[in-house]
Amino acid sequence: MIEVKNIYKSFGDSQILKGISSTFEKGKTNLVIGQSGSGKTVFLKCLLGLFTPDEGTIAYDGKNYSDLTDDQKRNLRAEMGMVFQGSALFDSMTIAENVMFPLRMFTKMSKSEMQDRVDFVLNRVNLSDAHKKMPSEASGGMQKRVAIARAIVNNPKYLFCDEPNSGLDPKTAIVIDNLIQEITLEYNITTVINSHDMNSVMEIGQKILFLKDGLKAWEGSNATIFKTDNEAVTNFVYSSELFKKVRKMYIDENS
Amino acid sequence: MSDFFTLAVSNFSMTYLTNIGAYFLMIAEMFRKPTKWSVMRTLILKDIDDLIIGSLGIVAFISFFVGGVVTIQTALNISNPLIPKYLVGFATRQSVILEFAPTFISIIMAGKVGSFITSSIGTMRVTEQIDALEVMGINSLNYLVFPKFIAMMLYPFVISIAMFLGVLGGMAACVYGGFSTLEDYITGVQLDFIPFHIVYAFIKTFVFAFLLATIPSFYGFYMKGGALEVGKASTTSFVWTSVMIILFNYLLTQLLLS
Repeated sequence: MIEVKNIYKSFGDSQILKGISSTFEKGKTNLVIGQSGSGKTVFLKCLLGLFTPDEGTIAYDGKNYSDLTDDQKRNLRAEMGMVFQGSALFDSMTIAENVMFPLRMFTKMSKSEMQDRVDFVLNRVNLSDAHKKMPSEASGGMQKRVAIARAIVNNPKYLFCDEPNSGLDPKTAIVIDNLIQEITLEYNITTVINSHDMNSVMEIGQKILFLKDGLKAWEGSNATIFKTDNEAVTNFVYSSELFKKVRKMYIDENS
Repeated sequence: MSDFFTLAVSNFSMTYLTNIGAYFLMIAEMFRKPTKWSVMRTLILKDIDDLIIGSLGIVAFISFFVGGVVTIQTALNISNPLIPKYLVGFATRQSVILEFAPTFISIIMAGKVGSFITSSIGTMRVTEQIDALEVMGINSLNYLVFPKFIAMMLYPFVISIAMFLGVLGGMAACVYGGFSTLEDYITGVQLDFIPFHIVYAFIKTFVFAFLLATIPSFYGFYMKGGALEVGKASTTSFVWTSVMIILFNYLLTQLLLS
């Protein structure tokens, strides 16, 4: 579980995060949504420890990040998996080497044990025959699946995804969403996803945090987002005619 | 107008002072939190292959022919019949060992190796690969820059080859160009040999190797922006590496030879 309490973050004169508090539970897919420039990426980078908040605290399973020593912070980071927007695969390594990388860095596994683990996770993301390909030879969807495999190979406690669906076709995007949700439940990890993909919100948003101008504008789930009257949320989520109709149908069915 | 000038000078100085400070902090950070040895060993071997072995071809080609050119230029400028022919070999050896091999080759390496280092690290920055290392809890400076620094400690080996081939190229040009005999050339090469000149050349080489590994890494690691900025960072890194090589060449020559 990750508990965020009242975090602020500024760059120069520009205040990006203005006192955000929330709790992200284990075994759930937690979505952070909001328009471009709302502070989602800065918020995620604060959770990852890449940015230090100016004020406020972030606690991982009760351990306050700012109270940890450098070694403890490094150990905590080894328990995090991250799927970057552009996948961020190491382009000098094959797909199998990319996935094996965290194992080589942080475990004392033998080569055959590492190979078995890589086979297992690549099989889990349906890439059992891509071991020897270079990242440049893989499609966008494949690269995302490799990034997910790399993020989960070392059994992380926390999984972070920055817009995992960007640049993917709708069908592949659903595959990636479902994969993240299945992995979250299967390994009982705390997953935080930055997204502005409305399909993801509806499909896997077990907890949704809506940011607007660096503030928490709304919090709920994919079940409650249909019913909310919060103007900021409805303007953002139901900005397309299609989603307005979906919402109307949902309300009609449940009234 | 004078306020504007003062402000401009102040901003200019601050930018350079900030960069110099950041460069030294980068070097300190490079030695902290070492990467697992089994991984580091692979990285060092890969960087030796990329930076040292990969440069041998161009260094050998340039050294051989520039050695030849130095010999021809020297021979053509010795018109006085009282000056012995073996001075061609002497002048070639002095030029190649003292300046051409350590300094001229290092400037070429600033273009070849330096731009490779900046663009490869810069591309990793642009594509979030460095962020991925940081998120995993890896000291990215140790992971990326330290193996390059170690690999470049083999740079004197490249310079030894450049020295040998420069003198050899001079000999080929001298003998086959008909400027003097092989015996005269070899006599000149052996004339008044001061072993400290080799020590001086290798001291310079180690300093240049350090600059060649760290300045391009600095410009790659701290670059901001996209693909266009990677190109700009490579150019800036080449300029500054060359400037620092020339500057340190002057300082070391003053300190060690004067």
